[in-house]
Amino acid sequence: MNQDHAVHDEGGTLKKHRLTKLIVVLALALVAAACGDVDTTTTAGEAETTTTAGEAEATTTTAAEAEPFRIAIVAPSASNDLAFTQSIVDAVNVIKSEMGNVDLQVTDGTFVVEDAAAAIRAYADSGVDLVIAHGSQYGGSLQEIAPDFPDTSFAWGTAADTFGLSNVFAYEAASDEGGYVMGVMGAALSESNVIGIVGPVEVGDAKLYVDGFKAGVLAQNPDAEVLVNYTDSFSDVALASEAAQAQAANGADVMSGTAQMVVGAVTVASDQGILWFGTQANQTSLAPNIVVASQVYHWEVVLRDIIAKIEAGTPGGEYFKIDLANGGEVIEYNDGFDLPADVRQLGEDAIAGIKDGSITTGS
Amino acid sequence: MSDFFTTAVLVATAASGVRLAVPLLFASLGETFGQRSGVLNLGVDGVMLLGAFGGYYAVLKTGNVWLGLLIGIVVGLLLGVVSAVISVTLRAEQGISGIGIYLFGLGMSDLLFQKLVGTPLPITKFPKLNIPRLSDIPVIGELLFQHSIVVYLAFLAVPVGMYIINKTTFGMNIRAVGENPEAADSLGVSVSRIRYATVIIGGTLAGVAGASLAIDLGIFQQNLTNAQGFIAIALVYFGAWRPVGVMLGSLLYGFVNAIVLQLKTLAIIPPDQSNFAAMAPAIITILALVIVARRFKAPAALTKPYSRGE
Amino acid sequence: MTSAVTKRRTQSRYLAFLIPVAAVVAALLIGAIMLVALGANPLEGFRELIKGAFGSKDALISTALKATPLLFVGVGITIAFRANVINIGGEGQMVAGALLATITALSLPDLPAWIMLPAVLIAGLAGGALWGAVPGALKAYFGVNEILSTIMLNVVAVQLMNYLLRGPLIDPGEIERGTRIPQTERLQGGADLPLLFGDGRFHIGPLVAILAAVAAYVLLWRTPLGYRLRAVGLNPDASKYAGIPVKRTIVLALTFSGAMAGLAGAVLVFGSESHRMVTDGSTAGFTGSAGFNGIVAALFGGLHPIWTIPASFLFGGLLVGGNAMQRAVQVPSALILALNGLVVVFVVATDRYRKRMLARDVRVDAPEPLAPAFGWRPTDGPAPSGEGDTS
Repeated sequence: MNQDHAVHDEGGTLKKHRLTKLIVVLALALVAAACGDVDTTTTAGEAETTTTAGEAEATTTTAAEAEPFRIAIVAPSASNDLAFTQSIVDAVNVIKSEMGNVDLQVTDGTFVVEDAAAAIRAYADSGVDLVIAHGSQYGGSLQEIAPDFPDTSFAWGTAADTFGLSNVFAYEAASDEGGYVMGVMGAALSESNVIGIVGPVEVGDAKLYVDGFKAGVLAQNPDAEVLVNYTDSFSDVALASEAAQAQAANGADVMSGTAQMVVGAVTVASDQGILWFGTQANQTSLAPNIVVASQVYHWEVVLRDIIAKIEAGTPGGEYFKIDLANGGEVIEYNDGFDLPADVRQLGEDAIAGIKDGSITTGS
Repeated sequence: MSDFFTTAVLVATAASGVRLAVPLLFASLGETFGQRSGVLNLGVDGVMLLGAFGGYYAVLKTGNVWLGLLIGIVVGLLLGVVSAVISVTLRAEQGISGIGIYLFGLGMSDLLFQKLVGTPLPITKFPKLNIPRLSDIPVIGELLFQHSIVVYLAFLAVPVGMYIINKTTFGMNIRAVGENPEAADSLGVSVSRIRYATVIIGGTLAGVAGASLAIDLGIFQQNLTNAQGFIAIALVYFGAWRPVGVMLGSLLYGFVNAIVLQLKTLAIIPPDQSNFAAMAPAIITILALVIVARRFKAPAALTKPYSRGE
Repeated sequence: MTSAVTKRRTQSRYLAFLIPVAAVVAALLIGAIMLVALGANPLEGFRELIKGAFGSKDALISTALKATPLLFVGVGITIAFRANVINIGGEGQMVAGALLATITALSLPDLPAWIMLPAVLIAGLAGGALWGAVPGALKAYFGVNEILSTIMLNVVAVQLMNYLLRGPLIDPGEIERGTRIPQTERLQGGADLPLLFGDGRFHIGPLVAILAAVAAYVLLWRTPLGYRLRAVGLNPDASKYAGIPVKRTIVLALTFSGAMAGLAGAVLVFGSESHRMVTDGSTAGFTGSAGFNGIVAALFGGLHPIWTIPASFLFGGLLVGGNAMQRAVQVPSALILALNGLVVVFVVATDRYRKRMLARDVRVDAPEPLAPAFGWRPTDGPAPSGEGDTS
């Protein structure tokens, strides 16, 4: 099998030798360049912004310029997923534009828990002020990492536990609240009285939302039929699409759902004229013709508080929640959708009821 | 349970199963060609993802679904050429090069999507083709004749594939090369040329699979295929390297998934048992193969790189 | 003549080592182009990559830890490939091993540490072995191709993991708090992998993996069973005529392979930061795709267990370094994944030249070795006796 006859391909081999040597030389050059620069960069404290220039970062500059507040986000899905991860990245960008002197580093798409732990640790080690661990599955790791970095603040979401550690904040979304409100409106809008919800895995934020939406539907119309479908995957778009088809085949004319794969369900709804309520991000752009409203997470509401606490000397130990009352959750209506005034009023009433406590979502 | 056995629900479920089968069918048909000639390509999912993004992006920018499908073909073809170079000319370890292509496709499609598109935007889908008169037949009409065009294309590809493999010289050469490349070579058949052709066909069909998936769903997202490419590869073995078998396998897998979904929708499968339901397609596929059992052998030269004079 | 031959031999050996390095560099060069297209500085990126992988004690520890599951899986793959069995079920086998190990720890919380630790590791071996034995038996006795059954069992494994971690194995605290994160409680301290040098993170996992590699080498080349495995891999028909139970050997090959992956899973759980098993709904979220990357590491090691050790370490470094690069120049993680794929493709694509170099090194006029039916050629490793020339 070996065409390796010495005489036969001497020429070819020679060329290969040279090519290999060339590549090796290039490699050595790269390594030399890498090692050579080690001194000129301050390793630990190096803050890189998203548009990076190769020069060493100079922290001199304008007179009263304080050290930037450094935030790092570690999240499981893409920054542009129009759902979970996007909500936190958008929020920090809002903070950035408000505060001005903020350095943001993002490591997204980190669904591998051990890699996320490594990233959290690395950011903390590099002197970041606030590490946002945006994933419930990161909690166990965070519990071990945070004590190693008492001077760093950590924020863990979506979760309620701070592990009794003084430098860990926890934050959550009362997604059931917005879900309830939209469930009420959905039931009022539905003519077939069959409502469908598509969810990923029945845990955490997703479960909260689905339960809240269902409760809202039943509160408005106790006889409505609510079809709930957990596809058992956060990423299977095709399955979400077919789940929506299945619900549509059973007569659903209003639907909702949560998590990033739900975009598959939205397009089905759009095709069949089924009304859609979104959550986590404003989903109007996905189907401007049928999206009624979205419960948009505005994490910046709690991020402001967290950062204020950190700057005032409390590095953690507190729990924050976004809900309708504090404006962390906002029902953003699709202006392009003609929502009847009375239905809208039902929604507003529900919001008011939840805010003043007279309505509970039952979760 | 009686909810499930209404005509409307059954038909809808079956139609859903057909839709779910389509990307699997395209991809596994393509892989069948390659494997029949002795080349294993584990990178199918990566090609599907890049084809999906290419098709999606084309439709997003132009609104023309056919252009999208064409881009899917082109992307798949190019990647097929790359795979062929690696597996046939460079005689690399076939299982592993495929995994590299998978990882590359997974990352690259995601990266391109993030940088070129940003957040998910919906696109036009394939038009549905209601075959006149046939589609009005109760039950069968909805099940068979009211699908989007790409579904018909997928199922049309099966007899085409059968014809090519069984009735043409090209097909005969493919089979010969897959069983005994030395003999084929001595008879004047260019082993690498045949393998190049089949691997490129495989890549092209994987690209079509991806593009059709994205356009049919009307959206793109990271990891859109959710590892279906691997299922497609498995189905080649299930189908005993024959287009009809592969079609049956894809349909089986699609139907089981659709049935599970419907049972969950109707709350016949409660949420705490949904994981077991989700295992069903995989287990049933294995069981089906055990029962149908081993009358067919793999192409004898599968996964062995070939070079003349050995 | 002799001196020319010797000179070419050493040259060839030297080149054989360099070829994969050159391949990696070539892939990284393409990566550099992508970095530039994204507005990042490639020199800085690669500096951070190398630093993040090998540039400090911390980095080396991270690399060693990342390499550990790769090494375990790679060793398992090596055993399977030698018997001509393709095992792409590593992901599922890791999960199965991890689950059984976790169940063991949760069911027997009061075991003293010196029993607990071996118990969970053995449970890991067993879980993975089971998940490998099933496809093995299906192949041997029912003719079900192992590629199909391993892929399908990967699907089954992830659903089983999700069910167990959301249900029977869930941390009771999660139910209390209502958050229902699918994870177990913090597992028994006794099961924590002991730390080396008292360091916070560096546990004995890498050592166990190295031991496993050595054990695999001994198995394959110093035991009758190993001989049978290799014989079946090289020529099943001849082996059958020689009286070797081929079917049973195939089952064993997949069982061992699965066992190694299962051990990787157990080590992942008990060596993890969180000391608990947690899922995000996918296999890769737990395994980090070690079930696939381990196959690559095995190839880089020429399908020889001992050489898989440095191969895993280097590959692990690439993965760790890649993540460090992402953090430093802030490119999307997707780029790192694509780069990962490119490196694999390039190294695999040039493998033939490497083998040619090595083959040339040993003996110019060597008779053609029997190529096992995977198209794989034995490579130059420490030559075990009786193996023949090129292995």
